Amino acid sequence: MLLIHCPYCQEERPELEFRNTGEAHIARPADIANISDEAFEVFFFLRDNPKGLTYERWRHIHGCGRFFNAVRDTVSDKFVTTYKAGLPKVAVVRADDGSVRVSDRVEGAGL
Amino acid sequence: MSGANRIAGKGRLTPARTVRFTFDGQALTAVEGDTLASALIANGIHLTGRSFKYHRPRGMLSAGPEEPNALMDIGRDSARRTPNVRATVQEVFDGMQAKSQNRWPSLSFDIGAVNNLASPMFAAGFYYKTFMWPKAAWKKLYEPVIRNAAGLGVSPSERDPDHYANHHAHCDVLVIGGGVAGLAAALSAAHAGAEVIICDEQPEMGGAFRHETDTTIAGKSGFDWAQAVVAELRAMDNVRVLTRTTAFGYQAQNHVGLVERVTEHLAAPDARLPRERMWQVRARQVVIATGAIERHMVFANNDRPGIMLASAARTFLNHFGVAVGARVGVYTANDSAYNAAFDLKRAGVSIPVIVDVRPQVDAALLARAADLGIEVLTGHAVVDTKGSLRVRSMKVARIGGGGGKDYAIDALIMSSGWTPSVHMYSQSRGKVVWDEASERFLPGVHPQASMSIGACNGTDDLNETIAEAVRAGRESAEKAGVASGGGWAPPAAVAGTSWAGNMMGSGEGAGPDTTVKAFVDFQNDVTAKDIRLAVREGMESIEHVKRFTTNGMATDQGKTSNIHGLAIAAEMLDRPLPKVGLTTFRSPYTPVTFGAIVNHSRGALFDPTRKTPMHDWEAAHGAVFEDVGQWKRAWYYPRTGEDMHQAVNRECRTVREAAGLFDASTLGKIEVVGPDAAAFLNLLYTNSWDKLEPGRCKYGIMLREDGFIYDDGVVGRMAEDRFHVTTTTGGAPRVMHHMEDYLQTEFPHLKVWLTSTSEQWAVIAVQGPKAREIIAPLVEGIDMSSEAMPHMSVREGRICGVPTRLFRMSFTGEAGFEVNVPADYGKAVWEAIWARAEPMGACAYGTEAMHVLRAEKGYIIVGQDTDGTVTPDDAGLNWAVAKKKPDFVGIRGMKRPDLVREGRKQLVGLQTRDPKIVLEEGAQIVADPNQTVPMKMLGHVTSSYWSENCGRSIAMGVVAGGRSLMGQTLYVPMPDRTIEVTVTDTVFIDKQGERLNG
Ligand SMILES: [Zn+2]
Repeated sequence: MLLIHCPYCQEERPELEFRNTGEAHIARPADIANISDEAFEVFFFLRDNPKGLTYERWRHIHGCGRFFNAVRDTVSDKFVTTYKAGLPKVAVVRADDGSVRVSDRVEGAGL
Repeated sequence: MSGANRIAGKGRLTPARTVRFTFDGQALTAVEGDTLASALIANGIHLTGRSFKYHRPRGMLSAGPEEPNALMDIGRDSARRTPNVRATVQEVFDGMQAKSQNRWPSLSFDIGAVNNLASPMFAAGFYYKTFMWPKAAWKKLYEPVIRNAAGLGVSPSERDPDHYANHHAHCDVLVIGGGVAGLAAALSAAHAGAEVIICDEQPEMGGAFRHETDTTIAGKSGFDWAQAVVAELRAMDNVRVLTRTTAFGYQAQNHVGLVERVTEHLAAPDARLPRERMWQVRARQVVIATGAIERHMVFANNDRPGIMLASAARTFLNHFGVAVGARVGVYTANDSAYNAAFDLKRAGVSIPVIVDVRPQVDAALLARAADLGIEVLTGHAVVDTKGSLRVRSMKVARIGGGGGKDYAIDALIMSSGWTPSVHMYSQSRGKVVWDEASERFLPGVHPQASMSIGACNGTDDLNETIAEAVRAGRESAEKAGVASGGGWAPPAAVAGTSWAGNMMGSGEGAGPDTTVKAFVDFQNDVTAKDIRLAVREGMESIEHVKRFTTNGMATDQGKTSNIHGLAIAAEMLDRPLPKVGLTTFRSPYTPVTFGAIVNHSRGALFDPTRKTPMHDWEAAHGAVFEDVGQWKRAWYYPRTGEDMHQAVNRECRTVREAAGLFDASTLGKIEVVGPDAAAFLNLLYTNSWDKLEPGRCKYGIMLREDGFIYDDGVVGRMAEDRFHVTTTTGGAPRVMHHMEDYLQTEFPHLKVWLTSTSEQWAVIAVQGPKAREIIAPLVEGIDMSSEAMPHMSVREGRICGVPTRLFRMSFTGEAGFEVNVPADYGKAVWEAIWARAEPMGACAYGTEAMHVLRAEKGYIIVGQDTDGTVTPDDAGLNWAVAKKKPDFVGIRGMKRPDLVREGRKQLVGLQTRDPKIVLEEGAQIVADPNQTVPMKMLGHVTSSYWSENCGRSIAMGVVAGGRSLMGQTLYVPMPDRTIEVTVTDTVFIDKQGERLNG
């Protein structure tokens, strides 16, 4: 069982308290009613399934109840970092030895 | 004397303390502390079971958890039986009943042994090839026969009367293994200030010192030193010592599962004690000190009872005081088997010869053998054995020389070297690395906060092991961030046994040009020949070889067999061994009982049971309950002599004729509060909430973003900034989650607060023409007249003196109310209402009548009449979708081409031509019943009941283009007949809805 750091509670808690809620940083289009079928397909149906680093949403459902974002390596199943919902995408870098850490550089603005 | 093969003065048990047990019904005596294996051997019994596939007689191979053969059924009484217990681990207790397995009719005469003669049929991959065809024969013929003949053990049929404990533990340093390395590491970490847990699977710690008696540490024998260290550890407040405790699973982030056998060795355990205790340890640092496992030699007929690992024979002698035979042959490629031979010889056992495959052997060893008068044949091999139920001779030949000489023996001990036990490391997701110099796989980089030390890390030298352990203990404490100034200096040690010498794969006489049975994996009955066949059949990856042959599978996990199998495959593939690769070691390391895993989660504790505040009243009034998720809901209230249909018919009639009380407390409820509450609901529901005045309520539909119906319910506006939202019973948690998701992540600018109030309100639905009359006298502060409080309104006031939110609403089509009161008052208010209702001819009704009544009115149930692919339009609910809102969840999804096309399935009513026939829910609907199968299906029946009020059956279903088929005839083909139905609208009673205003 993984330990997950809730950025709101500021604590590592067991995975049982959390629920994974899918890929992160997919913004709901502001004018969603008028987007094209293709744009809707991209927004709603298409998801990455990377081998390696993935940005995903979690909810501390049996704790504070807050949704937050996480970067996890799907190969090692290790969390690189977690951060509050609404914060910009955290950039991470993979070192030569395969380990991953948060980069100093902040990537684009996307929520 | 408890057994003829006890050697006076040998071993660590107290001979006077005897215990009685039975083996296959035979009464035998053991000594307290014996394992079943040592007790049997003491009594001259080596034959303990039949092998899995060929039913060959087998005995103990080992003296520990790596045992592949001696799997027993251990019983205390008829309810306390465990199959597949390793005789080498199970301690004998007074009254224990042990039974051999996999034999019929008896252990010494076994019908299944014919498989041994028919063995070509059972070669590797036989399951995949032999039984492929014909398909029917698999079910009727092959499988039952194979299962009867081959099943290992029988599960107990009675309920397990014991209980099991589960313990979550946290520590700075977890040490797995209580041999010299683990003990030294634990003491070092503990002295440095760390909270330490050390576990070992044996009853006493000491690891290899159970059998190895030539080593001294700090002036004591290794075993005595170990016991002194254990005593010191036990005396420390920051250390927990767990014996009889196996680390079986190494999960992410140093989460390690241990299982402690608490009472399995006791004759009369305290009933308060758990049988086993599961430890879920979360350790800052883990020190893996799991030692090494000795391998057997692979040669023809190496599986006869009496043939075992050299270290096992040494354990039986030095720990249990039992000689494995009177005339013991030795076959080795490793130095340590010599020490076993020396110990046996000194205990009075005859050692006719030590056969060593190595051309050169350490001179000191040879000198000691000579001193003891033991013949050593170097460059020789054991090429065959004889003996049906126990080995009685071995044939020894010069390697490459052919021929051979027979030696009469009654036991044969062997060693091809030691395999570092990397199971825990491998389970921690570590990748083993081939060490060319020592020809073995060793731990590489540790992916978790752990380190390996001692024999499992390839450290052979005793003093190096101790130094490494002391360092590891210190470092672990430091990395855990708890190291203080303290420490522990390594003691002086003098090693007594060399562990050098290594041979992998098949030996002389069992090479590719032979057809002999030289076993690699005893538990799965895999021979060297099977591995070669797998390679010839094209299995190149070791993972494929494993599955084709079953080598290293099941409970054994390849402890003794993996390396041999790999070496043979590598030889056949003509590739270096590390290039072929080692299979993954999987959890559990040794079998774990279901009892320990299931633990407290059984019976009433398996899953929570949710009961409404009125539950006890309902039970007292004869309600039959149905499970709805975790809820117990009153289903119907049969009166004396009534069956379910009669009860439901009466309840349905009574509600429409007089009134009924229904417990609706399980409905989900969410309080939506804040200045933007209406704006939020506008986004979450298809409906518009702006114009809903406080004091009114409305039926709302919630979609997912894809445009399909997600949930529905009535929402009351309590105030400008406060809504009382209801959801379906099953949908309550996910609707709350769905709302929170949008509020927190998509619409965080809205000032809204969501609170789940499902369990705060008890809800009593009072429905029917007399509903108002029943409750009015109990209500204070609310004008309940139809003019002041029309259908779909909500008021706050008091009922029976307690606060209420009184909804005027209906899920029956009758005029009715839903009385919400704080849950603690639910039962009292229900009883007060019932006291008025009963004399007026009303009844209590359950969920079944509720379903019928709502279906009579065409009210849908989300999840029954919808299935996640139904749009509001499909369900005929377009009226509930606001046309002018710029946005709501699902607004774009429901405009997708497939969701607006012609011919989608639409919800319609269905009336059978024969009114007595009640359709089956889920039944398929077709236009032409005479078409060929498979027929074109137009849809299916979603709800179907007998309606006493209509005097006929009623049904709803989803049908392609259903609303354009009104009045037409369709068909429901069933196995025994075809049912004719007419398509109708979905309202079967009071089509104008006049009764609502009652
Ligand atoms: Zn939290």
